Amino acid sequence: MSVRIVNFTLNGRNIDVMVNPLKTLQSLLRDELKYTATKTGCKQGSCGSCTVLVEGQPMMSCLLPVEDVAGKDVQTLEGLTQNGDLHPIQEKFFETFAVQCGYCTPGMIMVSKALLDHNPEPSRDEIIASLTGNYCRCTGYEPIIQAVAESAQQLRAAAIEE
Amino acid sequence: MSEHNLNVVGKSVARRDGMGHVTGKTVFVNDISFPDMLYLKMVRSPVPHANIKSIDFSEAKKVPGFVRVLTHEDVPKNIYTILTLIGIGPDEEYVLAEDKVRYIGEPIAAIIAESEEAAMEAAAQVRLDLEELPAVFDVEEALKPGAPILKEWGTNYFVYEGHHCRRVRLGDVDKGFSEADYIVEDRYQTSPIEHAPSETTGCIAKPEADGRITIYSNTQALFFTLDNAAIILQVPFQKLHLVGGTVGGGFGGKVDVIVEPISALAAMKTNRPVKYMFSRQEEMQASSSRGAWRMYYKDGVTKDGRIIARKITTYADAGAYNRHTPYAVTKHAANIAGPYRIPNVWIDAHCVYTNRQPGSAMRGFGVTPASFALEMQMDKIAKILGMDPWEIRFLNAYRDGDMKPHQKVVEDATLIEVMQAAAGLVGHDLPDELLAMKSRNGKEA
Repeated sequence: MSVRIVNFTLNGRNIDVMVNPLKTLQSLLRDELKYTATKTGCKQGSCGSCTVLVEGQPMMSCLLPVEDVAGKDVQTLEGLTQNGDLHPIQEKFFETFAVQCGYCTPGMIMVSKALLDHNPEPSRDEIIASLTGNYCRCTGYEPIIQAVAESAQQLRAAAIEE
Repeated sequence: MSEHNLNVVGKSVARRDGMGHVTGKTVFVNDISFPDMLYLKMVRSPVPHANIKSIDFSEAKKVPGFVRVLTHEDVPKNIYTILTLIGIGPDEEYVLAEDKVRYIGEPIAAIIAESEEAAMEAAAQVRLDLEELPAVFDVEEALKPGAPILKEWGTNYFVYEGHHCRRVRLGDVDKGFSEADYIVEDRYQTSPIEHAPSETTGCIAKPEADGRITIYSNTQALFFTLDNAAIILQVPFQKLHLVGGTVGGGFGGKVDVIVEPISALAAMKTNRPVKYMFSRQEEMQASSSRGAWRMYYKDGVTKDGRIIARKITTYADAGAYNRHTPYAVTKHAANIAGPYRIPNVWIDAHCVYTNRQPGSAMRGFGVTPASFALEMQMDKIAKILGMDPWEIRFLNAYRDGDMKPHQKVVEDATLIEVMQAAAGLVGHDLPDELLAMKSRNGKEA
């Protein structure tokens, strides 16, 4: 098992890390880089709490070897807040009580961002489909679906203003 | 107080912790780490009931990163029961197993290592020599003569003030049955449910320079945990400092005191911080679940819909150890006859031990299965009598001044008014005589 150097972009910053083969991105982010917004609910790809965006696509970081993100763009929840300003999805999750215990929230926000980046006007069914890989035990999902729908509206309104 | 003086009631108030959650800044226990932190993994029983003949740690100790092992001999007060704080006894659960294991997943030895991987590997290398014993998995089987016995006191049931079950008696049910037009009987059963919190149970215990131990925990019950941990460790309460309040989903599953005492002991023995987080598998298969319940109803009912006698025999499956089940059974016994005015009631509620994963607290535990069985039974009575299921409940609803089965007088009853409001909310038209009923107009209402 030889250690490799992997280069990738994390929240807009280019970094080099030394990793053993098959080390997971989740473990690198949380245990070594201390980016703990990415959660660890099951370590088996079942719960979605560790979701990050790789090249804009939601990925479960607990199943993703660090070598697989070499040269790619990785975004975590820490990267969503720009210069202290919340992303509209973060604002809506807060305002509409789409958070309770908070443990699924980072993953939920990241899959929602991937959805709205690719589909600015999703139907309710499309929102639900995008959230199916993410497990929430507190809210019953309805406030989360509402938060995503309201975020989409707000982002579209902002796009028109620009 | 007039309504315009209220600052919060009736208004939507932002969550105090919400901004941390949406930015990822909320610190959950597994987000905390310390540079010299050790990791604890548990060696667990692979079988439901066995004598422990010997344990061989020699291969485990060869795993790189192995630091030490803890067995029952290291635990100052190894036998405990968490409800000792409200006077429930005797002690009957083992922090670490001694000569027996009584369920799959029961903790036997704690392995402490330099990394989580090393702790897992060393725990896997522990060789257990177990002599399997017959096991029992059903509450009624467990009470039969000849069943495998789990408890040192020689039975498979919790003893309530000298009795084999929690008993409730009001009036004379046999007389009630003899006066009834119908006897309605059924058996109801609920299954165990895992809380499945998004964040698994866990803690970090950290020795401080002043000799205290700080325990960062995701428990739902910080003070309850502090008291039980101090008792198990036989240290003054002020030696422990519990830090928490951020819980990644609990629902009752993080009320038992499981990870903190052994982690604090590991920290005291190594003088280093120790992290102990359940894997998802441990959360599913070794942590407490909602217990299973079996409930038998026998009701005596008159032609006009009055329940005049109710006899209930009910069994809680505590699994192998108490946890919160003795208390759940008492709550269950107080609620299972329902919010109804029944002059003759007889209840035997049993807290039974089996070789299953312990059941414990979960959202209304004890009452939730009772409500399920009770309202199924009310619907069954309505069906047999050909009555509207709303009407049967209004007819039997308790009013102020009625005597509850556990012999408390009903005060401030609101069941009738709640049902009237509920009918309105779901668009169900009630007949005038039900709309005219009141909880407070005495027994003639």
